[in-house]
Amino acid sequence: MRFFRYLRRNKRLAAGIVILTFLLLFATVGRLIAPPERAYPLAVPGNKPPSLEYPFGTDSQGRDLLATIVMGTYLTVRIGFLAGVIGLAVGTFLGFTAAYYGGPLDTIIRWVVDVLLTVPGLLVLVVIAAIVGRTLNPTSLSLILALLAWMGPTRTVRSQVLSLRERAFVRVAKLSGENNLEIIFRELFPNLLPYLGASLVGSVTGAIFASLGLEQLGLGAMREPTLGMTIYWVQYYGAFVRGLWWWILEPVAVIVLIFMGLFFLSAGLDEFANPRVRRVV
Amino acid sequence: MRAAYLLKRFGLLLAVLWTAATLNFFLPRLTPRNPIRERIVQLATSGGYLEQGIEEMVKAYEAKFGLDQPLWKQYLRYLGDMVRLDLGYSLTAFPKTVMELIGEVVGWSIGIAAVTLLLSFLIGSVLGALIAWPKSPKFLQYLVAPLMTISSVPAYIFGLVLIYFLAFRAKIFPMMGGFTLGTVPDGSFAYYMDVLKHALLPALSVILVSLGGWALGMRGMMVTVEGEDYMILAEAKGLKSNRLFSRYAVRNALLPQITGLGLALGYLVTGQILVESLFGFPGIGSLLNRSVFVYDYNAILGVTFMIILSVGVMTLILDLIYPLLDPRIRTGEGK
Repeated sequence: MRFFRYLRRNKRLAAGIVILTFLLLFATVGRLIAPPERAYPLAVPGNKPPSLEYPFGTDSQGRDLLATIVMGTYLTVRIGFLAGVIGLAVGTFLGFTAAYYGGPLDTIIRWVVDVLLTVPGLLVLVVIAAIVGRTLNPTSLSLILALLAWMGPTRTVRSQVLSLRERAFVRVAKLSGENNLEIIFRELFPNLLPYLGASLVGSVTGAIFASLGLEQLGLGAMREPTLGMTIYWVQYYGAFVRGLWWWILEPVAVIVLIFMGLFFLSAGLDEFANPRVRRVV
Repeated sequence: MRAAYLLKRFGLLLAVLWTAATLNFFLPRLTPRNPIRERIVQLATSGGYLEQGIEEMVKAYEAKFGLDQPLWKQYLRYLGDMVRLDLGYSLTAFPKTVMELIGEVVGWSIGIAAVTLLLSFLIGSVLGALIAWPKSPKFLQYLVAPLMTISSVPAYIFGLVLIYFLAFRAKIFPMMGGFTLGTVPDGSFAYYMDVLKHALLPALSVILVSLGGWALGMRGMMVTVEGEDYMILAEAKGLKSNRLFSRYAVRNALLPQITGLGLALGYLVTGQILVESLFGFPGIGSLLNRSVFVYDYNAILGVTFMIILSVGVMTLILDLIYPLLDPRIRTGEGK
């Protein structure tokens, strides 16, 4: 109940949660209406505009677009989420290590993060994905994305731990004889949670962005109906020139919703983590 | 102090390039595939030859390209090539080198990137400044939310929306390409108008998406500057509002935006690559897209390396220019 009352004040968090819950419902309930097998080529007659039988229409490869978008939402969000979670886990570990132990380890981690953050990540992913080649599937794609999803969290966690460990309550804990692990898990971690949440949303957003980018360049799981692949096929089959407007608008609308949901969620989490911050929207 | 900063900053660039080159060298060698053998077997089967002798041929070619030498020797030679920016030959457009391929398209990319970057930076900053200025019209406030929302969407997805409404529905702009097929690039006025018409939609999608970020950053800085003592003094002196706005507030708030420029560069380039490939705009992004499509390995590695190099150099230049512009943060001084 308190949570709902808080949501009324933090409108952006509420908007993010509503949009993402809606998408989640769409991806789960949609499966019951549109069986996943229909999301693959030659399942239904092609190029049909939306009708009662096919509410989202069908594409040139003979996929039922309702099933395709439902599956695509699930797959794309899963790719991003998996990569984001791995990135956050690695980043949290490295950030803690760097900030808590300091010294040369900190210097090395900071340098690697600095170097990698200056490189446009998508290009590195292009090279890796091009080598893995045509055997990519959604899981391997998210593992590749995870390779570059940990720098942001590392930086956030490191700076937060650095500022937290100087606070009075950590000193008190130290003086009262808590060991390192106890301090990390009992004192630092709970205070870090909102930042970890915001970091996770950031990594997931970045990973989804990168996955769509790779798929746009033709480096995705070619056989799977992810949202990015759907957009790739839209261009491959010239849906614009042929006027198949439903095929274009549906994946675009869902992608826009995903990014807006994540954006509002992260803005809301920022406000939750740091209420003093001035509202930006 | 300045020298130490310069050295460190330059070291960072070298580290980036070395990492990129090393990855480019070792990653392909991690796969068990042997491109030479594959190509020769392919040629042999299409010519109807028997398999005998192929092993010797593979050996001979490997010796010719230096692939029989120990890995560290190959690696050093590769690093040497990269230092001389020798990216090797394209695998699919053979007599052409990767550098020649890049040379053919780089002008298009630089042209559109420079224009979009400049316009989005200028318009965004002015907009942000106006939003933060207490005396500007109220309706500007309502722009913040839609601008921020648009900027959360990738540029090329937004480009799809623009294509749908402005090219497909309204037919105001052409859907793709860099110029109408069949036109002769004769440098005439009509040709340039045609190019401009084709460049507008891709440029617009990048500009609109990046506008929000610049506007927001500028607004934040303006609010900070408006609280400074010298602003109160200037107002008390009775200076005109226009002068206060342009000479006192905007000039000071603009400086940190330039740091933002360096940070946003990588992101902008990525967005641009995808937008180019969406619109079939004949630039680097489309070259990369095409290379992936025909699996021209050398071109993929070369193009990515060159983009990483240029982003790195641009960021370095911005970082070095910044202390010159803003005396308050002469690096390392006062420490």
